[in-house]
Amino acid sequence: MSGMNILGTWTLFQRESKRFMRVKMQTIVAPALTAILYLIVFRYAMGERQVPGLNVDYFTFLIPGLMMMAMLQNAFANTSSSMIMGKIMNTHVFLMMAPISPIEAMIAFLSAAVLRALVVGGVLLLVLFPFSDLHITHVWMILFYGVCGSLIMGSLGLITGMWSKTFDEMSMVTNFIIMPLTFLSGVFYSVKQLPPIWQALNAWNPFFYLIDGFRHGFIATGDSDPVHAIGMVLVVTLSSVILAWYLWRIGWKLKD
Amino acid sequence: MTALNIQNLSKVYENGKQALQDVSLRVPEGAFFALLGPNGAGKSTLINILADTVRASSGSVQLLGHDLLMERAWGKRHLGVVPQEIAFDPFFSPREILHFTRGMYGQSRDEVWVDALLERLELAEHANKITRQLSGGMKRRLLVAQALVHRPKVVILDEPTAGVDVELRKRLWDFIRELNAEGTTVLLTTHYLEEAQELCDQVAIINQGRLIASQSMQSLLGDVASSSLCFRYEQAVELSESQEQALQAFAARVCDGVLCLDLQHEGEHSNFDTAYQAARQCFGAPLDTYMRQENLEDVFLRLTHKDAA
Repeated sequence: MSGMNILGTWTLFQRESKRFMRVKMQTIVAPALTAILYLIVFRYAMGERQVPGLNVDYFTFLIPGLMMMAMLQNAFANTSSSMIMGKIMNTHVFLMMAPISPIEAMIAFLSAAVLRALVVGGVLLLVLFPFSDLHITHVWMILFYGVCGSLIMGSLGLITGMWSKTFDEMSMVTNFIIMPLTFLSGVFYSVKQLPPIWQALNAWNPFFYLIDGFRHGFIATGDSDPVHAIGMVLVVTLSSVILAWYLWRIGWKLKD
Repeated sequence: MTALNIQNLSKVYENGKQALQDVSLRVPEGAFFALLGPNGAGKSTLINILADTVRASSGSVQLLGHDLLMERAWGKRHLGVVPQEIAFDPFFSPREILHFTRGMYGQSRDEVWVDALLERLELAEHANKITRQLSGGMKRRLLVAQALVHRPKVVILDEPTAGVDVELRKRLWDFIRELNAEGTTVLLTTHYLEEAQELCDQVAIINQGRLIASQSMQSLLGDVASSSLCFRYEQAVELSESQEQALQAFAARVCDGVLCLDLQHEGEHSNFDTAYQAARQCFGAPLDTYMRQENLEDVFLRLTHKDAA
């Protein structure tokens, strides 16, 4: 039998989505609470201060950045935790034994990662919207950067899950690579506030474009050139998805 | 038709360990096939290659006439595998696991079949618990249900009854036997050799990665299994060198103080009388004599020890 296993892909997507919905306190409520705590702290620390060069108050500037950061981290957590748990508990063999092709596996895993990111982002928006001056200016930008960011992080989560042999190895990647990259990509500040050398380095940081572009969808201004940012994000999205697909296809760290 | 045709299958792991060496094996369609071997013989490697969790280094496998290593999606839809290690997603119940598994094999929901499986494998009462709450035996049965939920034509059971109590084991085998009678080919690995002898019509023995026997159970027990004539005396027998030499033709040995001599068969005749007279000459009239036929376990131990030597 040839052709795509549509039902299999849909089932795997459902499984990966139900997994995070089963522990929603941990996967949805907790990130929302963390973001709210950040906002309370920064609200009182920064007061009515404006972000230099962007003509927007700091609180309004911060909300989309925090939303995007939570979305990126949750997309990564969805795929990476599923993979590492599967490997440690040996349940990944059932996935490998099933007639799910690498493309179908990518579609299912990454769609579930995007869904989790959008649910977390949506919850944050609902909670924070009433307390801010935030407006949705460009829906397409919010969706484009939200979805692309989730795809990138979902793919990196899969790769990290495939690579890691222990929870410790995975948390090393989460804490030493993913967290610093998302924190240092303009969530809390405009890159125009940085010294030139850091601005130049940031030009090669895809997370910066994701957060800046996502924020642009709300505040109608940003630090990066939109065309350059879209190009950069598309290239990184495609590269990370293709890399995850390829590693899955060859059974990297999964099959002896 | 052949359900599984394995040709020159070899596997060398990255650490250099040769787990399989040029194994060729044919499993006829509808067979109840025992794949036996000591721990570390290569059985699980062979099964894992069929299940696509381990890559073959060389060789080919045909499943129902299709190249399994090239047409994986087709093959997986017709193959059900019960892995040796118990593993379940802790988030889901047995019923959900069975629905998910069926869906992943591209098959729509079938409540009737899922209920039948839960019923036959005595899991119906526990169908909605999360898997963490199940006992070891229940989890093992759930693995079996999971391998059968997409109604595969060939089922591979890698030690499915380890940790399952005798009563449940019997009922599990009754169910598998029914499936086999309906046409499902069953490939079984087990360390319970009595079970294998009772259930299986074909047998293969693998040792140190090589196939050392593959034939019907009947012919293995008929041709390879030997029968012995055993003599019990008042005192436990001790074989002197001269007695051992005198009885050399019968491979004389002492087991638990009882003298045992191998019998040779030619058609319907055996050398029973010669062996009896030879033992009498050496030790006198016995208190008791009896015949002992090798069972599968004896043949298995003899073949694997001989191979190891």
